[in-house]
Amino acid sequence: MPLLRVEKMSLDFGGLRAVNSYDLEIEPGQVRGLIGPNGAGKTTVFNLITGVYRPTEGNIIFDGKKITGLQPHRIASFGLGRTFQNLRLWRHMTVLEHVKLAQYSKISYGLIGAFFGTSGRRREEAAIEDKAYSLLELMGIDHLADQVALNLPYGAQRRVEMARALATEPKILFLDEPTAGMNPEELAQMMAIIRRIHAEFGLAILLIEHRLKMVMELCEIVQTLVFGEVIAEGTPDEIQNDPKVIEAYLGTEALH
Amino acid sequence: MKQLKENIRSSFSRVPLLGWLFGALIAVWLEHLAGDPLAAALGLPKIPVLFGCVIMLKKPVLIPAAVIYVLLIYALPVAAVARLSASFANRLAARMLNLPIFFSVAIHLGLLYAVLHMWSEMSAYRVITLKLTLIAVMLTLSLNIINGYMGEFSCSHPGFMALGAYAASAFTVALFVEDKLFGQALLPSALGPFMFPLALIAGGMVAALGALAIAIPSFRTRGDYLAIISLAFMFIVKSMIENLEVVGGPRGLSSQPDWANLPTVFGWTVACVWIINNFVRSTLGKALNAVRDEETAANAMTVDTRRTKIIAFLFAAFWAGVAGGLFAHVLRYVNPATFGIQKLAEVLAMVYFGGLNSVYGSIVGAVSLSLLGEALRPLEILKWLIIPLLLILVMIFRPTGLVAFKEFNVKNLVKPRQRRKE
Repeated sequence: MPLLRVEKMSLDFGGLRAVNSYDLEIEPGQVRGLIGPNGAGKTTVFNLITGVYRPTEGNIIFDGKKITGLQPHRIASFGLGRTFQNLRLWRHMTVLEHVKLAQYSKISYGLIGAFFGTSGRRREEAAIEDKAYSLLELMGIDHLADQVALNLPYGAQRRVEMARALATEPKILFLDEPTAGMNPEELAQMMAIIRRIHAEFGLAILLIEHRLKMVMELCEIVQTLVFGEVIAEGTPDEIQNDPKVIEAYLGTEALH
Repeated sequence: MKQLKENIRSSFSRVPLLGWLFGALIAVWLEHLAGDPLAAALGLPKIPVLFGCVIMLKKPVLIPAAVIYVLLIYALPVAAVARLSASFANRLAARMLNLPIFFSVAIHLGLLYAVLHMWSEMSAYRVITLKLTLIAVMLTLSLNIINGYMGEFSCSHPGFMALGAYAASAFTVALFVEDKLFGQALLPSALGPFMFPLALIAGGMVAALGALAIAIPSFRTRGDYLAIISLAFMFIVKSMIENLEVVGGPRGLSSQPDWANLPTVFGWTVACVWIINNFVRSTLGKALNAVRDEETAANAMTVDTRRTKIIAFLFAAFWAGVAGGLFAHVLRYVNPATFGIQKLAEVLAMVYFGGLNSVYGSIVGAVSLSLLGEALRPLEILKWLIIPLLLILVMIFRPTGLVAFKEFNVKNLVKPRQRRKE
C-alpha cells in the first residue's frame, strides 16, 4: 500500500481551476519530484495535501487514513512534514526554540505543567531539547542554537527550517524549492543534506524544484505540472526527453 | 570625571539583588526612625510620600529640602549599604543558589515584601498607591499575553476587569455582609478571609467565560476582528452592569469587606507573575510567539493555533478578572464608569510603554506609569499632556517599548554578581 495516495484532486479558485484532477502515489522511502514552470500550481498542490487549502474535489489518503479537509496541524501531526519556499521562520525565536516548538504535538504535560512548572514538564522539556540538539547537530548548526534564526545567513536559515520540519517526526517530507536562491556551493551542501536525511530517517520525500539538474539526481520518479495538470510522469530520463516537457520549459521552437 | 563615573559603575555592578534589598530595607527603617524629625528640621510639612515628587511640584520653594530628604533617607543609605554589603550578599546569594531555587526566591520575596510593608506603613496614601500599582502589574502582564506574546490587539481588558470585580464583589457581599441589595449575610464572617481566594478565582472564571464569547467568533481568522469585537465587548459589559439593578446599576456596588490587605495583594501579584512567566517560557507558551510571527508555519509544525489562541485569551482574561476582584476590594466600591475607555487607555499605555513580549516590561510599564500618574497629580490637566508625550517619545525611539522581548529568568535575577572582566 502506498504511504500517500492522492486521487483526482482538484481545486477551483472562483472560476479558475488551479489544480485539475491531480493523482499521486508515494511509497514509503521513495523520493519523488514535482517540476513545472512558474505558476503551474506546484505549491498549491503542497498546500492542498497539507491542509492549507481544502480541495474542491478528490481524496487524500495518508497512511491508511483519509485526511481530506482536516486541519493542517492534525495532518502535520500524522507525519506529513513540510518546508516553505519562503522559509517562514518565526521572527523573534531562537534556532533552538524553532526546533523545540515543532515537537508541540508530542507535549503531554498540558496546561497544569505549563502554569506551575511541574517536574513532568521539566523532564519533557529536557527531552525535546535533547532531540532538538541532535537534529541541529545533524544539520551542522548546533553551535547556532541560541541565535535568533532570522539573524543567520540564508543557508543556515534553510537548515533551521529543515531541522524544524524533521522535528515533527514526518514519515513523508514535502520540500518546497529547498535550494531557491542558493549559490552552487550551498546547493551542493543542500543536496548532501537531503541525501543524508533520506538515508538516516528512511523518509519519503516529495520535492518541488526549479532546477532540473537537482531533480534528475535525487528523484526516482518525476511529475511535470503545467497549468495545474500533470502532463508527464516518469523516470528522470523519460521526463528529460519528453517533448511535452521540453515544450513547456523551453517553448515549441526548441523542438525543431 | 569619566574615570570616576566608570569606577562608580564598576563597583556597583558587583552588587547582587540581595544587596540592593538590604539597602532598601535599611532606608525604609531609617525613615521610620528619623523620617518625621528630619522632615520637620528641613521645613517640610510632613514626610514626602512619593519620593518628594508631589511636594516639589506643589511648592517649588521646597525643592532643595525635598531633594536633601530623598538623598539622606533613600539614595545615600541604599547606595552605601548595597556597596558595603556587596561581598557578604554575594557570598550569601551563592550559598543559597546551592539549595533549591525556591528557597532563594522566597528569601528575596520576603525581603521585598518587608521593604514595601515598612515603606507603606508611613502613610495610608502609600498603602493604596502600592496596592493599585500591584494590581496594575497584574493587568498589564495579562494584557501583554494577548497584545505582546500573541500579537493580537485586544481592547476588552476593562470589561474582563469589571466582570471579575462584580463577580467577586457579589460573592463576598452576598455571603458575608449584611447589605440592602443582597440581604442577610449567609456565612459567618470569620470564614471570610479563607473564602476570599475563592471569590477572586470565581471573578477570574466569570471573566474567562466572557472572554470565550469573544474568542469563538474572532479567532477563526487573524486581523482586526479581535480589536473591534473586544472593544464592543467592553462597552456591552459596561452598559449591562449599568442596567443591572441587582448590583446597583450606575450607582455602583459598595460595602465589600476589607480583605484585600497588602500581603494578599502582594501574594496574588507574585502568583500572577510566577504563573504567567512559567506559561510564556514553556514550549506551549512559545506557540503564541509562533502564531504571532508566522501562523501558517505554526500550523504546519503541528501547533493547534486556534486552541492556542483561545486558551491564551481566556488565561489573560482570568488574570484580568482576578485583578478586578482585588481592585474592587481595595477600593471597597466599584461602579461601571470606572471600566471605560480611560481604563483601557491606561492599561494599553502601560503595556506598550513597558515593552511587548516581556514580563520585565510589564512590571516596568505598570510601576512607572502608576507612580508617574500619582507623582504628577499636582500638575492636574498638564499631567495628561506629559504622560502621552512620554509615550510618543518611547514609541519613536523604542517602538516595541522600554524592555521588550526579554526573558524573565529568576535564576539570573537572584544569582551573585561577578566583577566585570575588562
